[in-house]
Amino acid sequence: MSTAIANKLMSGSEVLLECLVQEGVEVIFGYPGGVTLPLYDAMYDHPIRHILVRHEANAAFAAQGYARSTGKTGVCCATSGPGATNLVTGLVDAMMDSIPMVALTGQVTSKLIGTDAFQEADTFGITRSATKHNFLVKKLEDLPQILHEAFYIAKTGRPGPVLVDIPKDIFQAQGHYTPVHSIHLPGYKVVLDGHNGQIRRAAQMIWEAERPYVYAGGGILHGDASDELVEMVDIVDCPVVNTLMGLGAVPASHPRFISMPGMHGSYAANMGMYNADLLIALGVRFDDRVTGRLAAFAPFAKVIHVDVDPSEISKIRHADLPIVGDVKRVLKRLNVYLRETKDEMAPKTEPSRAAWRGQIKDWMDEHPYDRPVSVDEIKPQHLMCEIDRISGGNAIICTDVGQHQMWAAQLIRYNKPRLWINSGGLGSMGFGMPSAMGAQVANPGKLVFSISGDGGFQMSLPELATIVSNGLPVKIIVMNNGYLGMVRQWQELFYNNRLSQVTLDAFPKADLLAAAYGFKGRTIDHPRDLRSALEEAVAEPGPYLLDVRVTQFENVYPMVPAGGAINEMVLGQPSPAPAGVR
Amino acid sequence: MAEIISLLVENKPGALMRVTGVLVARGYNIESLTVARTLDPTLSRMTIVVDVEDRLRPQVIKQMNKLINVLQAQDHTDSPAVSRELLLLRVRAIAGEGQTKDARTAILKEAEIFGARVVASNTEGFVLEVTGDSEKLDEFIDVMRSYGEIEVTRSGMCSVSLESKKLKLAPPVNRGATQTEEEENGVLNG
Repeated sequence: MSTAIANKLMSGSEVLLECLVQEGVEVIFGYPGGVTLPLYDAMYDHPIRHILVRHEANAAFAAQGYARSTGKTGVCCATSGPGATNLVTGLVDAMMDSIPMVALTGQVTSKLIGTDAFQEADTFGITRSATKHNFLVKKLEDLPQILHEAFYIAKTGRPGPVLVDIPKDIFQAQGHYTPVHSIHLPGYKVVLDGHNGQIRRAAQMIWEAERPYVYAGGGILHGDASDELVEMVDIVDCPVVNTLMGLGAVPASHPRFISMPGMHGSYAANMGMYNADLLIALGVRFDDRVTGRLAAFAPFAKVIHVDVDPSEISKIRHADLPIVGDVKRVLKRLNVYLRETKDEMAPKTEPSRAAWRGQIKDWMDEHPYDRPVSVDEIKPQHLMCEIDRISGGNAIICTDVGQHQMWAAQLIRYNKPRLWINSGGLGSMGFGMPSAMGAQVANPGKLVFSISGDGGFQMSLPELATIVSNGLPVKIIVMNNGYLGMVRQWQELFYNNRLSQVTLDAFPKADLLAAAYGFKGRTIDHPRDLRSALEEAVAEPGPYLLDVRVTQFENVYPMVPAGGAINEMVLGQPSPAPAGVR
Repeated sequence: MAEIISLLVENKPGALMRVTGVLVARGYNIESLTVARTLDPTLSRMTIVVDVEDRLRPQVIKQMNKLINVLQAQDHTDSPAVSRELLLLRVRAIAGEGQTKDARTAILKEAEIFGARVVASNTEGFVLEVTGDSEKLDEFIDVMRSYGEIEVTRSGMCSVSLESKKLKLAPPVNRGATQTEEEENGVLNG
């Protein structure tokens, strides 16, 4: 560490920027304001890259897209008051999906705090439950320690968002960047190596099981454990599902990969979950969208639960064998024990496992995902299949929230981790386009799709300017059915088709909208144009907006209704009542 | 069912808010809460009585441990621990002749039975101080209520464990070293 920097007198803003440089931060997504003027003035001469968004909410989503697609910690920046409060959705979203992120917010001058000053908000109080931890900086001398602690907390253990609130006078104060050699957080204990005895016992339970089932999720991606997971599945030769947050952990092409389980998961995935006698739960949290009615969830199975967060184990479902630890390390050791004991223990249960694999295949053949194609209208499933064809399992797919998200999860293949980017736990609409922005900034050479419904797309319209301004060649696909689709589906199925406030009329013309921003846009509504329009979009060197008019009333199946059991899925369309529209 | 949680918490700004915030957000009803400095002035001990189903008790401790400012979280409900609460009770007993004089004497006798001290006395009545477990204090209040108008302030329970549990803290981690270098026994230091 250069002593020149340590001895140099600098402003708080420069100290902050130096901290970011020391943390290897390459990009900040942000929006300036009154109290962050000193910071932005320091940025004027500083080489760090800043992407100016058009709404702070999208700074948080973009930082997430950056983090989710790379594993690095995303950074966003907003001013005090409304700037900071605009970050809240993105923070809660990162918290729910365990995304490493550091949010820097300006705050009013220290002596004005608590006086209802202009653009003052109790950011520290408001974001307490929206973050893994947060800080309010009281003295410039504390800033380097706080900043480095913030990054440490964000990316270790179960990753998550951390907010650092910095009053204006701290930015303006003069001081030094004192190098931080050690982080001391006595109350922050992260257990990485799982208990050896438990891991051995797990290997034993796995070989003794007749219908073992691997239930793996987001934790595999956060823990960079995809290789170890695939190895485990290969050693045992058992079926595996990836949750919405875990898609890509196992390559879609893997012979044992079934699909996604849960409310809109595949028939086979849910039947397998229901009938298994051993659930090997890796980096998952038994979310209600996966389990359905708890009393009917995996009723015949013992559960091995591996997670780095001890509070998730036995939170929803009792773990017969709990293992707290980093999933990558635990799997490495588990694979060793599995190999050691395979010759001795595997043959006895191999016939059962073979029968189980056969049963899974039967279920997959019985009810595969519906992939309807029509001759005169574009089915939403067809759109996803065409995107899948162009992607070939390799494109980065960022979606918004709703029916399109479910179809994209079901029908598009992900051959590697960190290609599939969506808001799972919180389900924040408006996530799609800004997260695609962040993913494109992080991966300049890669093909990035932003897939939204017409609802979600309109929630992040301002970022069209950011995309054009930064020359981001994002392929923006709007799956347009003219409705708030998922809500409409529930109204149809559970509210007697009374369509209350779900009609999204007055959608802008894509070619004119894009042209207004200076790039290319097009609307298609006929299946004969689908493939060529997508190819045209991908071939375009810059951004492209493709508005795809799809079948208006199409529902996502299978569906486990709320409160339903996962083995009682609705597989297809019941006869709807006539629609009433308000 | 009441769960008695004892927490060792850093005296950092917002630490108290974090603890109560998590309890409220997770739907655990707080019945009482005490907090004060320990021998180490940078640390405070909190005793919280939470109303939670038995099977959820371990989850409450885990949620507390998740907080970075919480160094230790213990469930004292069933473990060997001593729990005490302080009660200040003001009872109206007008000084005078005859019946009221008897009442005042009777109150003082009750106080003696309960081991309560008289900390204030005037013509309007007394203020009594008593410590004990919650049941004893509840009984005392009932008894005093029968003598006249009362006003009650309780401190909430504080609890100390009878077992000496070694405090397991995360040691410092060096910045710039990789994650594997910064461990001891498979636990990340920091």
